[in-house]
Amino acid sequence: MKNPSLKLYAVAYLIFLYAPIALLPLFAFNDSKVIAFPLAGFTTNWFAEMWADQQLFKAFGNSLLIAVCASLLATTLGIFAARASTRYKFPGKAGILGLIMLPMVLPEMIVSMALLVVLIAIGVPLSIFTIILGHVLICTPFAVAILTSAFQSLDRSLEEAAYDLGETAASTFRLIILPLVMPGIISSLLICFTISLDEFIIAYFLGGNQTVLSVYIFGQFRFPAKVPAVMALGFVLVCISICLLTIAEYFRRRGIARTGGKDTGGFL
Amino acid sequence: MTFSAEKTNMIEFRDVHKYYGDYHALRGINATIKAGEFFSLLGPSGCGKTTLLRTIAGFEDISSGAVLIDGKDMANVPANIRPTNMVFQSYAIFPHLTVEENVGFGLRKDPRSKDEKARAVAEALEMVGLKGYGKRAAHALSGGQRQRVALARALILKPKVLLLDEPLSALDKKMREQMQVELIKLQRQVGITFILVTHDQEEALVMSDRIAVMFEGQIAQLADPETLYRRPASKKVADFIGTMNFLPAQVISDSGATVEIDAAGFGRMSLSPDQVMRGDSEGGPTIGLRPETLTILFDGQTASDREVFGTVEEVVYYGDMTYYDVSLPGAPEPMRLSMRNVPGRPVLDRGAQARLGWSPGAVVLFR
Repeated sequence: MKNPSLKLYAVAYLIFLYAPIALLPLFAFNDSKVIAFPLAGFTTNWFAEMWADQQLFKAFGNSLLIAVCASLLATTLGIFAARASTRYKFPGKAGILGLIMLPMVLPEMIVSMALLVVLIAIGVPLSIFTIILGHVLICTPFAVAILTSAFQSLDRSLEEAAYDLGETAASTFRLIILPLVMPGIISSLLICFTISLDEFIIAYFLGGNQTVLSVYIFGQFRFPAKVPAVMALGFVLVCISICLLTIAEYFRRRGIARTGGKDTGGFL
Repeated sequence: MTFSAEKTNMIEFRDVHKYYGDYHALRGINATIKAGEFFSLLGPSGCGKTTLLRTIAGFEDISSGAVLIDGKDMANVPANIRPTNMVFQSYAIFPHLTVEENVGFGLRKDPRSKDEKARAVAEALEMVGLKGYGKRAAHALSGGQRQRVALARALILKPKVLLLDEPLSALDKKMREQMQVELIKLQRQVGITFILVTHDQEEALVMSDRIAVMFEGQIAQLADPETLYRRPASKKVADFIGTMNFLPAQVISDSGATVEIDAAGFGRMSLSPDQVMRGDSEGGPTIGLRPETLTILFDGQTASDREVFGTVEEVVYYGDMTYYDVSLPGAPEPMRLSMRNVPGRPVLDRGAQARLGWSPGAVVLFR
């Protein structure tokens, strides 16, 4: 970083990336219905308004339920796929893995439209359950990608050693493999949770009359009077995200320290 | 522990073949390993020695033939109930467990009480010289310590056979030599059959009661270290284990009881049948001489047997030893010979004339 213009670029880049997020708390506490400078004064009314919004809580509850279910399901499926791809040879392996990873690069719009058509055709009512299905579909590739690298770094002779010492394949998995890939599992859960939580298109298409948080927030922007409360909500979400990331990073580092691995930086 | 002559067979390979797809990894292995023996599988990488070891452990299925442990056919006996335990090349220490938990891992289903198990773990740790290390995190140990944990973890189950897959290859030279001695002592102490896989011929010679030298999926020779070194069955074995000088020879007469030959540079000699290795006729009859069986004779010294004259072509000084390449009239290649350096004995220069003492008794003939 000898070149001062590069330094300037880096700073500008970071401002561009994070300044809008910094505006959230600013306007969340601003005593004005209009989102504009100059600031009018300090208030916590918007939080109170947000707190009183029953629909918001409903949407938040839905989102939470969907994100928890989708991340658990996608991670579980990811564990199976990652295990199979790193340990076993079977015909059509490359093709199967390719198909699993495909939703990662497929436009979500196509996925949502296709799912919508199929679900309606076979007569499945749109609900939270259908959103979970869609989210599992798009989360699984991320889970597989994260978990494959976790499984790959596992020394195969560890499994053989446990087996050699009298354990079965199942108990070896539980006693040796699972604890050692736990940092990867936590990363996967976290990523899938985040992807599901702020996913919009599938939730919008497949939700039926069930509203999730992202769709609800988008809807609120139609009413200017509601925007400050949405800002307050955004601020709360940022705080929750930071807490979650900190906890996940703590567990990841502890996992690495316990197994004596090298920290490669970043929770992915 | 002393071994009686009528040792039982612990491992028996009966015409074991192993294919990986088209690749023929094991090509008809027939061998027996005796109970209480320190046995080595020695060979270059890719010769099938690790595969053979893993067929004992049960990690590799065999394509045909049979592997018997203590008289029982191991077909359809999975690795987790075979009476064998393995020390892996990477040690395979469970990094998320303590030393104690690692060593006691195999006792999970043991019906003994917690206290008894703890005592067994402590004993095992003491046996490998890791007393007091029980509470440490396994991943924080050094290479040598991990090795010991792996040993303790395998031996605590009192297996009939301990399998060691290149256990010393990751250690530095000093540590390796120390562990070699410790392994030998440990083996004598516990009396368990040890089977070691190694590509290091010196390691195999130092540690083993018997060695199977393997090339390309076959056992080229199975013998005790001394026989292997002094009477290698083929030029390939001779070349793999230590250094050997090869010279072409002509067979003058072969009565079965004695073989008369005329070897380039050394002239006529008669050899006894145990010096003649039949079945390695590639390139015509060849004699082999180990470097230390040739001696440079200095002024006043006389040969105990025979003498031959040559010219020093190359001198390599090693401190305790000096290696010479000496060309003999009539021999196509210079002979490599090694001399221990002792005080008062000069080191010859290149180009010097050398008088060599040798004995036909040290010669092997491949034909």
